[in-house]
Amino acid sequence: MKLIVALIQPHKLPDVKKALYDAEVYKMTVTNALGSGQQKGYTEAYRGVIHEVNLLKKLRLEIAVNDEFVEPTIDAIIKGAQTGQIGDGKIFVLDLSDCVRIRTGERGNEAIG
Amino acid sequence: MTQESIQIITVGLDTLWVLLAAFLVFFMQAGFGMVEAGFIRAKNTCNILTKNFLDFCMASIGFFMFGYAIMFGDGNAFMGLKGWFLSGAQSGADIPLYAFWLFQAAFCGAAATIVAGGMAERMKFQAYLIYSFAISALIYPIVGHWIWGGGWLSALNFADFAGSTVVHTVGGTAALVGTIMLKPRIGKYKPDGKPNAIAGHSIPLASLGVFILWFGWFGFNPGSSLHVGDGSLIALVAINTNLAAAAGGISAMITVWKTVGKPDLSMAMNGALAGLVAITAPCAFVEPWAAITIGAIGGVIVVYGVILLDKLQIDDPVGAVPVHGMNGFWGTIAIGFFCKESLGLAQNGLFYGGGFKQLGIQMLGALSVIIFIIIGMSIVFKLINVTIGLRVSRDEELKGLDIGEHGMEAYGGFQIFTTE
Repeated sequence: MKLIVALIQPHKLPDVKKALYDAEVYKMTVTNALGSGQQKGYTEAYRGVIHEVNLLKKLRLEIAVNDEFVEPTIDAIIKGAQTGQIGDGKIFVLDLSDCVRIRTGERGNEAIG
Repeated sequence: MTQESIQIITVGLDTLWVLLAAFLVFFMQAGFGMVEAGFIRAKNTCNILTKNFLDFCMASIGFFMFGYAIMFGDGNAFMGLKGWFLSGAQSGADIPLYAFWLFQAAFCGAAATIVAGGMAERMKFQAYLIYSFAISALIYPIVGHWIWGGGWLSALNFADFAGSTVVHTVGGTAALVGTIMLKPRIGKYKPDGKPNAIAGHSIPLASLGVFILWFGWFGFNPGSSLHVGDGSLIALVAINTNLAAAAGGISAMITVWKTVGKPDLSMAMNGALAGLVAITAPCAFVEPWAAITIGAIGGVIVVYGVILLDKLQIDDPVGAVPVHGMNGFWGTIAIGFFCKESLGLAQNGLFYGGGFKQLGIQMLGALSVIIFIIIGMSIVFKLINVTIGLRVSRDEELKGLDIGEHGMEAYGGFQIFTTE
């Protein structure tokens, strides 16, 4: 079991969701995030003052999957979020030691799917 | 008192009344801004308010330079041709030119700003600036000349007291042309054609806007009397305006409650606006019971209008077309049914035994204005589209027009959660 954490551009979420649905990955958690990476931020102007926004708005996707779904999920996120420009985001893959479904008490592979 | 001093006081009183009404109509601009901002997403709020703000600026200048001359200057049955930049211009009422101009300019701004809502969340700012100058300097004044400036429709005794056709049908039809040409917002319609709900971000703002509009309408309609007289006309117009709005709000709420299952506030508010738009043309020519009927029918029209547009996949984020276009048309032809000769028209309406004559004239007028606007605005929007483009890029639309067009956010310091 793996936990896939992806940080993506907020406006690419519709595309990523669609790609995940096409890959039959339906379960996900989405949260707002702020962060900075290689992309140096963008400029906003307010009352004549131009200022740089360093921490950028991103979305954080968390998807817990069984091993055979790791590659399809990663491919789907890339397909949806990739524009080829700096700021597209990152995907982290973490080992997941266990998973529990609260409703039934099921554990492990059963609980994820 | 001498005859002369009574005359001076009368003109002074009338001027004060019309100016007060002009100030109220100007404040409707704030109402439009709040309604439109409330009914769209947070990421486009700065953009819609900038459009709303700038279109009144553009309308003021455009109406000063060319609009007034085309609308009220001497000319032919189609348009006026004298009084450019107000030089040598004549007042269209028994009050000073500048007071009359300000009142009319505020109306012109209202017609221009209606379109912002229909084309919200995806139209380029630059394109909007050019559009707003074109409609207020050229398109709106031509229709205004036909009906209020001594053009061919006023010669036929076409009646439109405060502008259901002149302002609202013009704005609503222009919004329809624009929103069809722009195509729906991303994500508004599913691949199978069913509509998605793209919820507005602030119902409190929208409801403040509706109250401001309702308040402003007490200048829009009663002020169109252009004189105080013995007070009876403006009193009739004021009560009719209020009753129609109230009836529209109630009937829209009942209609949406029956069809969808819940009393949707956004629809009830659209219904009150629909009642206001519908009573704008007939408010001086009908009795209060008729005002309630006209407003109530307006509220039903707006609910089914919104549903119909979604069926046709025409994306109108704030309901500008059902509220202003459809109800502008309804209010105009309602005169043909409900009007009374004793209230100052050439003949009674259908329900008072006057036959179909007035109804026919109202139909002819409303339909010719709609056709003229469809042709005129298609040309304006097409020209803008091939030169600088009407619609922002897909990425910009998804990020929001606040950052894309203006580089600033409506709600600095807040993180807007994007889920769609």
